[in-house]
Amino acid sequence: MDLLRFITAGSVDDGKSTLIGRLLYDSKNILIDQLEAIEKQTKNKEAGSIDLALLTDGLRAEREQGITIDVAYRYFTTPKRKFIIADAPGHVQYTRNMITGASNSNLIIILIDARLGVAEQTRRHSIIASLLKIPHVVVAINKMDLVDWSHDVYNNIIIDYSAVARQLGLKDVTYVPISALKGDNIVDRSEFTPWYEGKPLLEFLEDIKIENDINLDNARFQVQYVIRPQTDDLHDYRGYAGKVISGVYHKGDPVTILPAGIQSSIAKLEIGGKEVDEVFAPQSVVIQLADDIDISRGDTIVHSNDLPKTSNEAEVLLCWLDDKPLQPGNRYYIQHHSRLLKTVVRTIEYRLDVNSLQESPVDGNVKLNEVVKATLKTAAPLVYDSYSSLNSNGSAILIDETSNSTVAAVLFL
Amino acid sequence: MSSYHLNYLEQLEAESIHIFREIAAQFERPALLFSGGKDSITLVHLAQKAFAPGKIPFPLVHIDTGHNFPEALEFRDWLAAEVGATLIVRKVEDTIRLKNLTEQKGKFASRNWLQTHTLLDTIEEFKFDACIGGARRDEEKARAKERIFSVRDEFGQWNPKLQRPELWNTYNGRIQKGENVRVFPISNWTELDIWNYIRAEEIDLPSIYFAHDRDVIEHEGQLVAVSDFIRLDDSDTILHKQVRYRTVGDMTCTAAVESNAFTLDDVIKEITATKISERGETRIDDKVTEAAMEDRKKNGYF
Repeated sequence: MDLLRFITAGSVDDGKSTLIGRLLYDSKNILIDQLEAIEKQTKNKEAGSIDLALLTDGLRAEREQGITIDVAYRYFTTPKRKFIIADAPGHVQYTRNMITGASNSNLIIILIDARLGVAEQTRRHSIIASLLKIPHVVVAINKMDLVDWSHDVYNNIIIDYSAVARQLGLKDVTYVPISALKGDNIVDRSEFTPWYEGKPLLEFLEDIKIENDINLDNARFQVQYVIRPQTDDLHDYRGYAGKVISGVYHKGDPVTILPAGIQSSIAKLEIGGKEVDEVFAPQSVVIQLADDIDISRGDTIVHSNDLPKTSNEAEVLLCWLDDKPLQPGNRYYIQHHSRLLKTVVRTIEYRLDVNSLQESPVDGNVKLNEVVKATLKTAAPLVYDSYSSLNSNGSAILIDETSNSTVAAVLFL
Repeated sequence: MSSYHLNYLEQLEAESIHIFREIAAQFERPALLFSGGKDSITLVHLAQKAFAPGKIPFPLVHIDTGHNFPEALEFRDWLAAEVGATLIVRKVEDTIRLKNLTEQKGKFASRNWLQTHTLLDTIEEFKFDACIGGARRDEEKARAKERIFSVRDEFGQWNPKLQRPELWNTYNGRIQKGENVRVFPISNWTELDIWNYIRAEEIDLPSIYFAHDRDVIEHEGQLVAVSDFIRLDDSDTILHKQVRYRTVGDMTCTAAVESNAFTLDDVIKEITATKISERGETRIDDKVTEAAMEDRKKNGYF
């Protein structure tokens, strides 16, 4: 059994909460006391019906203000898979939350109201999916019961969305006609869609292949923490603990330590204190090197024949996530995995409209939820890959030196 | 399927170990808040794996309400010695006396709210900058929205509106003086994941997690252990039942469930078949108000 992380994009009006409630309920992951609690709150009490959207009801602070503050994580399991849902609010002011939720997802479910078709927010969600290179896209065409299960409506939406997907370069797109409210094509095939040849949504989520989402070709590893027990029996032990970002490492592999450029080889590999012959992404491991070299947190260990970029200057896309705007020339910290460096945002080339993909000039500050192309200069070299070629080593965050807030998502170009 | 493939427990483990190493590297004085329950026992096991062959580079801290199960305390002392970790115990009893705090009254007088005082005092005493806890997002809706690195102000308060975006696997633990971070390495695990992991890794647990005989009273459909910490009334009937605990908290606010589960396999079978959530079935303290957890978190609780 493996693990699929996905994000649902859409607003309450699209039936997002109802869809999540439906997935949890129909996969039998809702328990009696939770059901009783929402039965009590269900206002419109038709016989036997409950408001599934209430299953994802949030904090009191949110209900009082009628807003959704933040990404919520939901969990459910079927005999085939464990699922983690990042439930992110979908309105434009919440682009920040969507980026947060999307950053760890293998798949995005984009909800479209069958009556409305491809809307502005559909485009926005799709653009974010393409920026963050979410490998799999499911377009759930919801409220099909309200258009009499019309095959034509469904086909027209597919034609419209295909154009969006083509423009954005989204490759793996799947369409499912559903009614989240009534439960059609969620767990069981709907009797109303004899023309639909695909799988019901849950079955699709259970079966989709995700093994290839992890890059196993280019080996990347960054030191998180140096283990030095300094006890009598482990006096000379020096292990470099970290997560394999991508690829595979074997005992004996010739490696280069960056940014210093020092050569060595792997003497020993360990997982949880046990020696192994090879390690791979995304395992948390310990590497011991054949040579006694001074290495510390943030240093990168890679195969000597496959080096990432090493540079004090990087072209990036910045997704601004903070209420305090970006002022060009300001100093920040950049955190790339475990490597923390001082940085300054040099040139800001253009702003990318997340509704239209249009590039426009930037005059003045960069505000919350804006995406810009910029150049970063760092106090010491960064060791990275471009996000489009190796996404797990191509992202970072910017931190405000004074408030310590995480202010931007960084995608290396 | 390729051989370079992790199952879901291996993925969760790798993520948690990564988080533990970030804590050790980013903070000067972290501490692992140890309750004696299965979640914090799992945390200790993961921490051991994260730093092997070295020892866990931070102390285990237990905020002792004085209402604990004796079996849990005994296990706590054994485990700390077993893994060679420093154990720091601070008692709510002492805080009550020193600060002249008022205790709850009533049948199941709980010290759950008061332990926040002791926790904040302990953080100050040892200048802890990060406290590691075993909270899971599947437990409760306030937790579903909390970050893995959750920054708290000097009063330990959680502000759901001012959370830092947490992107990819990059954790920003930078704080101002006086602030503190609560870190939850098993945020993405569910109750069943924990049990399956305990079975896969053969992790030892206190005996009360398995079926045993105990004197209990029935209160609003829940079974509460007879102990010195609850008030018995004339109307109470003491029942002798075979029970186990699904969660281990204070004797005053944790309910037992009737059970025939003597082994881990039995427990997992029972949990898989259960129709009631962990908190709903066993936590007396969460029923007070619907937003009980949200309120406690805003006041410095885990």
